[in-house]
Amino acid sequence: MEMPKPSADILAKKDHVVSRLLEVLPKDAVIHAEEETRAYECDALTAYKCPPLAAVLPASTDEVSAVLRICFEEGVPVVPRGSGTSLAGGALPTADSVILGVAKLNEVLETNYDDRYIRVQSGRTNLSVSGAVEEEEFFYAPDPSSQLACAISGNVAMNSGGAHCLKYGVTTNNLLGVTMVLMDGTIVELGGAHLDAGGLDLLGVVCGSEGQLGVVTEATLRILRKPEGARPVLIGFNDNEIAGACVAEIIKEGVLPVAIEFMDRLCIETTDKFANAGYPDCEALLIVEVEGSDAEIDFQLGKIMEIARKYDPVELRESKSASESAAIWKGRKSAFGAIGQISDYMCLDGTIPVSSLPFVLKRIAELSEQYGLEVGNVFHAGDGNMHPLILYNANKPGDLELCEAMGADILRLCVEVGGCLTGEHGVGIEKRDLMFSQFDPQDMEVQLLVKDVFDPRWLLNPAKVFPLSVTENRRALAMAAE
Amino acid sequence: MLAPTTETELSEAIKSAEGTLRVRGGGTRPVGNLVTGEVLSTSGLSGIELYEPGALTIVAKAGTPVSEIEAALAAENQRLPFEPMDHRAILGTKGTPTIGAVAAGNISGPRRIQAGACRDSLIGVRFVDGNGTAIKNGGRVMKNVTGYDLVKLMSGAYGTLGVLSEVSFKVLPGVEACSVLLIEDLSVEDGVRAMSMALGSPYEVSGAAHVPVGLDGKPITMIRIEGFAASVAYRADELRSALSEFGASTIESDPEKTSAGWKWVRDVEKFAGTSGDLWRISVKPSDAPGIVAALGTDQVLLDWGGGLIWAEMPVGTDARAKLGAFSGHATLIRALEATRSELDVFQPELPSLAAISKGLRDRFDPRGILNTGLMG
Repeated sequence: MEMPKPSADILAKKDHVVSRLLEVLPKDAVIHAEEETRAYECDALTAYKCPPLAAVLPASTDEVSAVLRICFEEGVPVVPRGSGTSLAGGALPTADSVILGVAKLNEVLETNYDDRYIRVQSGRTNLSVSGAVEEEEFFYAPDPSSQLACAISGNVAMNSGGAHCLKYGVTTNNLLGVTMVLMDGTIVELGGAHLDAGGLDLLGVVCGSEGQLGVVTEATLRILRKPEGARPVLIGFNDNEIAGACVAEIIKEGVLPVAIEFMDRLCIETTDKFANAGYPDCEALLIVEVEGSDAEIDFQLGKIMEIARKYDPVELRESKSASESAAIWKGRKSAFGAIGQISDYMCLDGTIPVSSLPFVLKRIAELSEQYGLEVGNVFHAGDGNMHPLILYNANKPGDLELCEAMGADILRLCVEVGGCLTGEHGVGIEKRDLMFSQFDPQDMEVQLLVKDVFDPRWLLNPAKVFPLSVTENRRALAMAAE
Repeated sequence: MLAPTTETELSEAIKSAEGTLRVRGGGTRPVGNLVTGEVLSTSGLSGIELYEPGALTIVAKAGTPVSEIEAALAAENQRLPFEPMDHRAILGTKGTPTIGAVAAGNISGPRRIQAGACRDSLIGVRFVDGNGTAIKNGGRVMKNVTGYDLVKLMSGAYGTLGVLSEVSFKVLPGVEACSVLLIEDLSVEDGVRAMSMALGSPYEVSGAAHVPVGLDGKPITMIRIEGFAASVAYRADELRSALSEFGASTIESDPEKTSAGWKWVRDVEKFAGTSGDLWRISVKPSDAPGIVAALGTDQVLLDWGGGLIWAEMPVGTDARAKLGAFSGHATLIRALEATRSELDVFQPELPSLAAISKGLRDRFDPRGILNTGLMG
C-alpha cells in the first residue's frame, strides 16, 4: 500500500515542532523519542507500519485546539487516533505526521435520563459508555465487536455499526452532537441534546469522515432503556442459499429481530472447536435474536421458527434461558479469535443487498477456489453487511498480495450487485484504491470539495479514504503553501 | 417552469440556467426565506425504480408522489419508518407532496423519536449540483460507510446544494396493532415528565405528544405503542401502571381513531386554518416547559416527548427574541411574506458554522442559483 513520501522539510524541523508542542502540553503528553513513537506506528491493520514524527496526548479540547493550531501553522499533517482498533488503517501515520491521540479524554461529562442522552469525552471506550448508564438500565446501542477497546472518537470517525444495527441503526443514527476542533484550531459545536440540525446537517457529514474534517473531542450520544429481555434462536441449514432465503422471509414477515447473524461451515467448525459451542454439523447457521418481555420473545421466536421450518432446517434450537443464550452466542462472539488461532486472515466488510446473498456466497466460493485461499463467512445477514475472512499465511512470500487481490475482487463483486466497499470499518488506506469501483470521478470530486471547506490545507489525515492520485494536487498545493 | 423528465434533462436545465431557480417538488411546502427565479420542478421525474420488500429497500425518482410510495409499501405491509408530515393542512397548499421534497427538507413525523428522522432512513441519493453535474452518494444498502456521507448533508439542505433526482430509503415492516395511552388534564411540565418516563421505559413508545388545549379545550397527553397485538396490549397495560402517578388514563385501540389522532399530531392539524404565525422549535424535552412559558402562549403542540414544539404566535412576532439564547433551533414555518422577509426563517448559525455552510454552498452551487438565500 503506497503512502505519500514524507516531506523532508518537516522531518528536518522535528525538534522545532516538538518544542512548540511542549509549550502547550505537559512533557509526558508529547511523545517524540524514536523508540517511543513506535507504539503509534500502526492500528489494527498491522500489515502496514510507520512511526510518526511525534504523538501527542492532549487532555482537553483547548489542548487539542492548541496542538492543531501549531500543526496548522507549521504545515504538519495530523492523524487523529482513538484507540487504534481500525481494521482499515484509519490511524496509520506517515513519518512526517503528528498522531493526535484522544486517550486522555475519557470522562463522562453529563448523563441525562429524562432526555435520554449522555455527553462524553471522545476517548472514552464504546463499552464504558454503556457501562456508565447501566445502573439505570440504559445502554448505548452501537456495539462494534471491538467495543471493549474502541473509542467513541473512532466510532464517530468511521460511523461504526455492530451486530444490532438492524433495529437500532449505526453511530450516525445515535449521535446527537459533537464538540469538534478544526485544523486551524477553531472549536465548533455541532448539534446538541436536541434532535436534528437547524441548518445544514454538518454533523451528518462529519460522522464517517474518517478524521479528515476535524478532531471530535466530545460527543452527545442517545441512550436507550434496555429491553426487558433478549433471547436468540439458532437455526442450522444444509445450504447457504436456503439460509439466505430464510433471512429474507423473516424480514418480510414483519418480525424485526435485533440481530440476524450468519456463519458458514468453515466458521461453524472452527468456532465450535475453539469455543466448544456445540454447534450442529451443517453448511449454514443463523442466530436470530429478538427482544421484549418473556411472552413477547416467545411469540416472536415462535413466528421465526414457523418460518424457518418451511426451509427444512437441520437444527432449530430456541434459547429458553440466559445460559442457553450465552451458549448460542459463544461461538459467534469468538469467531474472529477462533479463525485467528488457525490462520492469518484478512477481514472484509462489504455490504450487499440482502437479496444477492446466495449469489455472492456462491461467487465467493468460486473465487476461493480460483485463488487457492480458504474463506470463512460470518456476518450480519439482516443488513447485508458481510465479513468474509480470507485465510492466508503471512510468512509465505506473496500470500498477502494474493489475499489482497482476492479481497479486492470480492469487494468489487459487492459493488457490482448494488452494494458497497465498506459497511462499518471505513475506507482508511485499505480500500482507498478501490474507490473508483464505487464512485465516478465527479462523485469523488464533490467529497473532496467538502474536505476543502473544513480543511483547506489538507493536513488532517490527508492520505486516507481517496486514491492518492485523486488527492495528489490538493496535498501538493498544501505543501507548497507551507 | 422547467420540468425535466430525466436526470439528463435536469442536468441540462441547470447548466443552461441564466438566473436563479426555485426548486420545487409538489409545491406543498413553501418553507424558507423567499426566493426568486424560474421554477424548476422535479414532478416530471417520477416513479418507483426498485422495491425489494425482503431487503427493506425502496428506490424512487425524486418527483414520485409520497402517496405512491406509501401505497406500494402498504401493499407489502411495510412503511416509511419516519412517518413524514404532510404540510398541506397548516400551509393551506394544494398539490401532491413528493418523496424528493420529503428528503430535501428532512421531513419527519411523530415516530422520529423511535425510528429516527427522514435522514436516518435515507440511504442513498442522486442529485444534480449547481454546475449541472449529476452526482451519487450512498446507495441502496443500509450499512455503508464508503466515503463521506453526503446523503445526510443533502437531507435538510432544501435544494440549496443540489437538486435531488433519486432517493433510496430503508423501510420497516408495518405493524399489526396500535394502542394509545391517553392522560387528561396534565400541565405542560407534568405532560413532559410523563412522556419522558414513558420514553425511558422498556415498552418501546413510538409517539409521545402533549397539547395544553386539545380538541375539547382540555390538555391531553398521548403515548403510542405499536407492534404485534398481544405485545401492544401487554405494553400498554404495563405503561399505564408505570404512569399511574399522573392520574387516570384510558387506552384507545380503535384503529381508525388512533390513526386519525396521530395524523392530527403528525400534520399539526390543530393549527390548520388558524391565522397566526407558526414556529417549529427543536429542544431537549426537559427544556420544553420553560420554552413554552417564555413564548407566553398555550397555543402549542408538543411532539417527540416535548423535543419538538409547534407554537402559534401573533403575526409578526419574533419568537427567538422571546426565547433569548437557548439550546436548540427555531424555524418559522408559516408567516406572511412580510414577516418572512424580515425575520430569518431558519435559526441563524454561529459565525464559525455559517462560514462552513457558506463554503459548502459556494462549492456545490458556485453560481448561487439553487434556491438562493432560502436557508439564509
